[in-house]
Order: sequence, then structure tokens, then C-alpha cells
Amino acid sequence: MTAPVRLRVRVDGIVQGVGFRPFVYTVATERGISGFVGNDAAGVFLEIEGGTEALAGFLADLRGRAPVLAQVDRIDTERLAPTGEAGFRIVASTHGTGRAALISPDTTTCAECLAELRNPWDRRFGYPFVNCVNCGPRFTIVTDVPYDRAATTMAAFEMCLDCAAEYADPTDRRFHAEPVCCPSCGPTVSYAERDGRPEPGDPIGRAVRRLREGAVLAVKGLGGYHLAVVADCEPAVATLRRRKQREEKPFAVLVADLAAARGLVEVPAAAVPVLAGTARPVVLLPRRTGALIAESVAPGNRDLGVMLPYTPLHHLLAARLGRPLVLTSGNVSDEPIAFDDADATARLPGIADGFLRHDRRIHVRTDDSVVRVFRGRPMPIRRSRGYVPAPVSVGWEFDRPVLACGAELKNTFCLGKGRRAFVSHHIGDLENVETFQAYRDGIEHFCRLFDVRPRVVAYDLHPDYLSTRYALDRGDVELVGVQHHHAHVASCLVDNGHTGPAIGVAFDGTGFGTDGTLWGGELFVADLAGYERIGHLAPVPLPGGSAAIRQPWRMAAAYLDIVYGGDLPDLAVRRRHERDWDSVVALGRRGVNAPRTSSAGRLFDAVSAILGLRDTVTYEGQAAIALEQAVDPTEQGGYPVPQDPGEPLRSTGFDLVRSVVEDVRAGVDTGRVAARFHHGLADAVVGAAAGVSERTGLTDVALSGGVFQNVVLLDAVVTGLEREGLRPLVHSRVPPNDGGISLGQAAVAAHAEPV
Amino acid sequence: LAHGAGGKATQTLVEGLFVEAFRNPRLAPLDDGAILPATGDRLVLTTDSYVVSPLFFPGGDIGDLAVNGTVNDLAVSGARPRYLSAGFILEEGFPVPDLARIVASMAAAARRAGVEVVTGDTKVVQRGKADGCYINTAGVGLLDRPHTYTATAVRPGDAVLVSGPIGEHGVTIMLARGELDIEADVASDTAPLHELVATLLDTAPGVRLMRDATRGGVATILNEVARAAGVAVVVDDAAVPVRPAVNGACEMLGIDPLYVACEGRFVAVVDGDEAEAALAALRGHPLGEGAALIGRIGADPPGLVLLKTAFGGTRIVDTLVGDPLPRIC
Ligand SMILES: [Fe+3]
Ligand SMILES: [Mg+2]
Ligand SMILES: [Zn+2]
Ligand SMILES: [Zn+2]
Repeated sequence: MTAPVRLRVRVDGIVQGVGFRPFVYTVATERGISGFVGNDAAGVFLEIEGGTEALAGFLADLRGRAPVLAQVDRIDTERLAPTGEAGFRIVASTHGTGRAALISPDTTTCAECLAELRNPWDRRFGYPFVNCVNCGPRFTIVTDVPYDRAATTMAAFEMCLDCAAEYADPTDRRFHAEPVCCPSCGPTVSYAERDGRPEPGDPIGRAVRRLREGAVLAVKGLGGYHLAVVADCEPAVATLRRRKQREEKPFAVLVADLAAARGLVEVPAAAVPVLAGTARPVVLLPRRTGALIAESVAPGNRDLGVMLPYTPLHHLLAARLGRPLVLTSGNVSDEPIAFDDADATARLPGIADGFLRHDRRIHVRTDDSVVRVFRGRPMPIRRSRGYVPAPVSVGWEFDRPVLACGAELKNTFCLGKGRRAFVSHHIGDLENVETFQAYRDGIEHFCRLFDVRPRVVAYDLHPDYLSTRYALDRGDVELVGVQHHHAHVASCLVDNGHTGPAIGVAFDGTGFGTDGTLWGGELFVADLAGYERIGHLAPVPLPGGSAAIRQPWRMAAAYLDIVYGGDLPDLAVRRRHERDWDSVVALGRRGVNAPRTSSAGRLFDAVSAILGLRDTVTYEGQAAIALEQAVDPTEQGGYPVPQDPGEPLRSTGFDLVRSVVEDVRAGVDTGRVAARFHHGLADAVVGAAAGVSERTGLTDVALSGGVFQNVVLLDAVVTGLEREGLRPLVHSRVPPNDGGISLGQAAVAAHAEPV
Repeated sequence: LAHGAGGKATQTLVEGLFVEAFRNPRLAPLDDGAILPATGDRLVLTTDSYVVSPLFFPGGDIGDLAVNGTVNDLAVSGARPRYLSAGFILEEGFPVPDLARIVASMAAAARRAGVEVVTGDTKVVQRGKADGCYINTAGVGLLDRPHTYTATAVRPGDAVLVSGPIGEHGVTIMLARGELDIEADVASDTAPLHELVATLLDTAPGVRLMRDATRGGVATILNEVARAAGVAVVVDDAAVPVRPAVNGACEMLGIDPLYVACEGRFVAVVDGDEAEAALAALRGHPLGEGAALIGRIGADPPGLVLLKTAFGGTRIVDTLVGDPLPRIC
């Protein structure tokens, strides 16, 4: 045996609250290594002593065999003099000043806990809060760092002797599982009718009975209150819609298990790990024909958002109900989801007939995450519960701490430090004052949790975004304004571990451009430091500003006026809006409250209205979604889009609208027109990118912006780019929509040349 | 009208048109300065320049606008408006009949407001260097009330009132440009507010602040108040008075009446206990018939204006940096 060696080791990453120390203990004992392991505010520290081979194997195990929830980012070692210490021990946590320890996201109930939940002989049988070091609440209950029970909302519950014994036993699955609890010491569930009077008896049983009667229930989950109704009963779902004042936006559905999900939607193999993984997002999947689901769950939508249970309470509820359950955020439309008990009691009685709640406080409001699956990879639409606050590793170093303030709608913010970007949970639309407060509180909370004092603050160039106002009001730091679509492209580059330069296509609704127009159909050459605008859709007026976004028929009027002027052929869309048509056209022509925009989203709006799919919308992106949903998948053709290499994409919008009108007048089926439009636009993007590639030699093409949530378009563009020998970069870690903006801003701010 | 006619022509014009219209003993001598009687009161001095296109619009023209606007700035300071100056910048070729019409409505507005135009000036600039006619007026008023009305006096619990339906002037101007095919029965609200203000101040000594809701509209005024006083202004959307014709036009134009200029409306922040009395006082005057209590001052969050909507949401109504641009991506 070689002479013993002693090493001091530091492990960085998500290594607390995930069973890392007991895992270290086990591996060390197995390999006959002596020393100790402990937690501090920065992560895990160890000293290990043993033969070189044993130590090498041990270090390899730290990465290779780490617990499921752990994420080992970095291992640093330093040689020490051997001490001859015998045995391995876990030492007490130390509370240093430097805080870098990572908090794990909330994690779905693990298989072992689930088995206990279902085992009549287990002391946690049927207990809705069973958890262990591999699962349970984390981010939503953490109030401070370092992560231990005192810094969570579980501090209010004192462990019983049995739980305390498990908590203290290094060989137990609950060793230092901070939220550990049981029926005799932990939180409890209760059921109350709307008036707040608690109902005695079995709360879950009562809730199930009320749901079967068609009642709307408020159900307290991990990150906030949901509203729930049985999803297979039209009157119940209609009631929920009416009370929530949410007219058409699809609801998500909770089902008991994968088998139940398969009864409602097609679950391709690639979707299984997303649907049944540890994060448990809502996954948008193709609805099965004949699925037993009320029509108003997702009206006119071929897809259905499905989610599997992610807490023991949801497992119990779904299993006992035995039917799909609509689970939507507990709020009136446009408000943030209720998460505070007093707030829920005040706000929800107008909507909910009863409350299934518990007495574990939620510290951070966190919405359900939403994911689409594209070519076997998850594409986040909303990255929140289950994913946050796991950092996005960026592959380079933030040399100064950065706060990126994000956009206005679907806001997230982002902190950049070291090699990590902490993209926040979904905050929402800042215009709502509760949301704006949550935004400001959230930034403070993140700064404390991850010990970041921002030196650089990045913000969008739109002067009226509240996130811009927040940034400018801070005033204590270096401010970096980042163009909206540059942020989109940068977020896609970072998402793919890229720094550029690359060709960037940013297609979205509208973002503030640098030339006085609103951008949104952009072709860039960009890296993280800067961008060049190579091409864009030709600007059209937005007649009536945001009114044109709420009323897509106005975009139809704007496009048709440019394409046809006074010679507009007879079209149904014009006949439907005869009274206001000329006024809207005049607004556009005169530029009265009609800013000009090169937005791709608005082109979708125009075509959607011309096709009679949507003239007005009740939620963002509705017209474009309707157009995507209308696509006839058997139609392979696409409209021709001549390219002017000097001004790529310039005439694309007009050419497409003209082709659409010709087909509509020829009586071509809407599904075919929708398909040809998508394919034509995709060809234009591919052709434009190929042209740029030819001139620059760049072959990577970053696809970002909310329009690329449209998988028909995305698929056609990706296919086309690959055919051209180019490499498409698609989002898989942060959303292509404005939820990803903050990551892009952070990256740009970190690379921007100081002024 | 000829440019550069510094001598005889301008003199004739000034004497012929202005002296006649604004006739009063302090203007008559046409000296370089008007001599005004001084009193023990505090004086309030204000000035504003008027640039509007078109010059003539339903409900008024640039002339009464130039008088009423400055009168109102004095009025909401708590002063009794007394004297105005009038400076004209005219484009070469501007029709004299139009000028006569403008001057006549200025004179009428001055009489209505009980102020005298005591000094003036005219410049004619080259064709293309100005758009027809610009007017600057300065005003002097007497402040004989003990208070001054400033945003820093505003505190939580106060009530927010507007003196009438909002948005009429701005919408009228947009439509009067005649470029849009929008028909709406709207007219400018331009009017002198000093009497209405006096009525209010006599009834409600707890008035903290008044502002005439001109450029940027009520929303901009309220933001200034929120920031200056470090308070929250909470407005009830349903309580904000907007005439149906104005509402309809705003919907078509895609603009929010809260941001549209008024020329005869003011916002008052009043001690909460006096809100009802103040409202009754306003409504008792013909120019305040449509007055409304639109919101309250709160403590939190400081510096923000909040709008409670019909859906029960609470929207932040911020100042716009420039023209309204959609924030929807
Ligand atoms: Fe965007
Ligand atoms: Mg003024
Ligand atoms: Zn577990
Ligand atoms: Zn216990």
C-alpha cells in the first residue's frame, strides 16, 4: 500500500439538501478513506486521507455516483499533511460569510417516499407531506441561506423523536433532509367550505366528493394556490372559466399517472422523461381524438397541457379522484397566483367553492412550468417550479456580478456570478402591481440567497418597461441597455453553450428597436458582445399601437393596405370590419398612434385575421396559435418567397400576404393556406440565413423569440437549415419567449465593451 | 402678412388689431413695459407657449387656448389671474383674417377670465420657419390665500378628484387634423378654471394640490404627485369620467384617455374628510358638473400610480417617456 495522502476538497454545485454528505460518508467508508465532510455557506468541504488509488476512485465517485438531485459543478483539491486520522465522520455545518451554496429546485416525490405513502404499515402512510433528501419542497420554502431547517418555512414545525432520529442518522434517507416530518409533527391538510369554516373529517375525501359534484376548489400546492375542477365535466369547467374571467386560454390538466396521461394525449418516448421527471412541468402534447376532456379545457386546441402529480398531496388527490383534474393558477385572470394564505382567503372565495389547504407557509410564489417537446428535447415555454433556482452554467466567467432586469411580460430576472446565471422563476406581467412587488422582492431574495451584489445592471431599451424603470431607479451601478432581440439571440447562444458569432433569427411580437421602429422579424449576425442587423421584415404600421395587438384584424388592414392600396379585393375580413376599416387604414397611413414594426408575430396576426381564424384576441399570441393549430399536416407546399440578398426578408411579409389572399379568393382550404404560409415563411428564413452564411462563413443559426414556440414553423426552419448544411440552435434550457430575455441581457452585459 | 416689416406695417397691425381687441388702460400707452399696481399680496408669475395644429378646432382655437392655459396655471396655483402678456410668432403669409379671428377669441377669453392683456410682441418669420401662428402668454396673478398648493402636502388618506370628463381636448385635436375617417361628437374642453378653483378652495380648505391636466393628461399629473410626495395614488378605473364619444374615439385611436390632454380640467388632491364637500362644490359650478372622485392617496407602494380595473386587477399606470409604444412582446 502506498503512503497515505491527505487532501482538502471543496465541492461546488447543488450539493446541499440533496443527500450529499451521507453519500460522501457511504463512499468514503466503502473505500476505507478517513476524514470528514461538512456543509458551509459555500457548499461542501471535506478532508480525506487514504491511498492515492482510493482517493482517485473516491473523487471520481463524487461526480459519477452523486445523488439524483445533486449537481457537481466543480471539485477543488489541495494537498495537506497526513494526520493519521481514523474513521470518517460528518461534522456540523459552519455558517461562514461567503454564500455560494446552491438551493435545489422543488422536486417531485421520489419512488421510495411514494412507496411509503402507499404502504398501510408505514408511519407516513397517506401523509401528504412525506419527503426525503431526494425529494420534496426546497426553493419555495427557503427563506435564507445556508440551507437548513431554521431557514425554511418548516422551522415552524418541531421534529418528533422519530423524525429527529432519522434526521440525525447518516445512513438514513432523511439524514439532514430539512423538510422531514410525519403525521405526528409536521404540517396538516384541512378542508373548508367557501365561508372558511373548517370541515372536520377526512379533508382529501371531502375535497374529492366536492370535485365530483362539480365544485371549484382552491388547492394549496408547492408554489401557490391552484383552482381545480374535474376536467371531464363541461359545466364545471365552464363555471371555472366564468368565475376566473379567463375566456379561452387553455387550462392544464393533472392526471394520476403516465397511463392516465396516455388516455388523454399522445406521449412520445421523448416526452416521458419530461412528463415523469423530477421537475413535473405541464407538458403540451397532442390530444388524443376522443379523449374524455371537456371542450372548454383547451378550446380549439389540438394540444393539451398535461401534468403528473408532484407532491404527495397531488398524488393522493389524483389517485382518489380517478379522473383528470383541471389545475390552473389561483387568481382572477391577469393577477398573480395567490400563495399567501390570508391573500387566498381574501381573493379566492369569489371563485372557489371550497379550500383544500395546508399549514406549511409558501415563501416564494412559483408557477407551474410549461414545456413543449421538440425533436426529443424539452423546449421550455415557462421555466419556473421544478427548474428554478438551478443555475444555467454559461461556460465563461462573469467578471463582475450582473443583474439583468428582463422584459415586461412573462418577466424573469437573472443574476450572473462566476460561471453561473441564476434565471429567476416566472414573475409575470410587471404592469400588475402585485407582480411588480414580487419582482422587486424576488430580486432581493435572489441577491441574498446567492450572495450577489450586482455591479452591472442590464435592462431593455424600451423606455416604458417597468423593468427599465426599476433599473434606472437603482442608480447605484453601471447600467447597460440591451436591445431586445439581441437579448433573445444571446439567450439562445448561451442556452446552447455558444458565444457566437452566429447568425441570429429573432422572431417575436414587438421589441424596442434602435431606429425608432418596433422590431420583431430580425436577422442578425451576433455574438454576446454585439450584433449587426442584416435584414428584417419590412416595417408596417401598427394602427392604434397596442390596440392593433389586441385586434389582429387591424394588422390585416395594415398589411392589405400596403400590398393592395386602394385596389383591395373583396375579402371577408374587410366586410367583417367595414365600419372601422377606413379609419384604421387612415391611422396607419397618417402614422397617428401607429408606430412601425417589423414584427413577425404581427404578420401571423394579419394572416390569422385574413383567414378568419382570429380577429381579436383574449390572450397573448392567440391569433398565431390559432394559425399554427389550423395547419393541415398533409400539406407540404409553401408560398414562394423571392429573396433580395441585399435586403433579406424585406418583401417576405408582403409576398406571403399576397399569396394568402390569392388562395383565400380561390377558395383554398384554410388548413392548406395556413400550412403554405408557415412553409413559405420558413423557406424565407432559411434562404436568408443561407445567404448570410455564404457571405460570412458562419454556419450556426440561433432561433429565438416567442414566434419560435410555434413548432410547425420551428420544425420547417430547422429542417431547412439542416438541408442547407447549417446548424440550428434551438432553446432547451430557457424559453424562446421573453422569459429568456434576462439570461440574454446578462450575457450581453457581461461581454459589452465598457463605454 | 409680410415678413420683416418692423416699421409701419407691424405698427399698424399691432395698433389696429391688438389694442382694439385687448383695450385697457395699461395696454393703451404701448410703452415697452406695462405698469401694474402693486399690492401686499404675493404675486404668481407663469408662462406658456402655445403650438397647436390645427389652429381652429371644435370648441376653440389657439387664441382662447393661449389665454385659458395661462389663466389655469395661475388658478391651480391658488392665485387670482390678473394680467397677461401676449407674444406672437407668425409665419410670413399668415392670413390677417385668421389672425383677427385668433385675437378676437383671445380677447373674449380674457374678458371671460377677467384678465387684462397688458403687453405684447409680434414677430413675423420667414415662410417655412414656423407653422402659421405660435403664441406665448405670460400671466400674473395675486395669491391672497394663506396656502400654497404643492405635491409635498399630499398624504395618505387624501382623495383625488377631477373637475370633469377627461380627454376631450386632445381627442378633438387629433380628430380635427382631418386625416382620419373618424367621426365623433367631441369638442375641446378649453375653459378658464379660476372661478371653479375659487369655489373649491372656499369650500374645502383642506385642498393639498391642484394641477391642470394638460400635456400627458391625468396619468402624468398623478405620477408627478406620486413621485414628488412619495405616495401611492390609487385610481378606480370605473370612476374616471370619460364621455362615450371620447371613449369611442380613444378605442379607435388605441390611446388611453388617462394620457390625453385636457385644457379645461384639473386634478385636485383634497383631505379625505373634505372629499364629499369638495365634490359637491365642484359639481355646483357649470364647469365642474362632471367632476368625480376618482381615487385615493395611499402609502404603499410609494411613487406609483395604480389603477383598479373592473376585473379586480391593479395595474401600474406609469409616465410615458415618449409616444405610447406597445409593451406587449
Ligand atoms: Fe420578445
Ligand atoms: Mg400650462
Ligand atoms: Zn423522497
Ligand atoms: Zn415526525
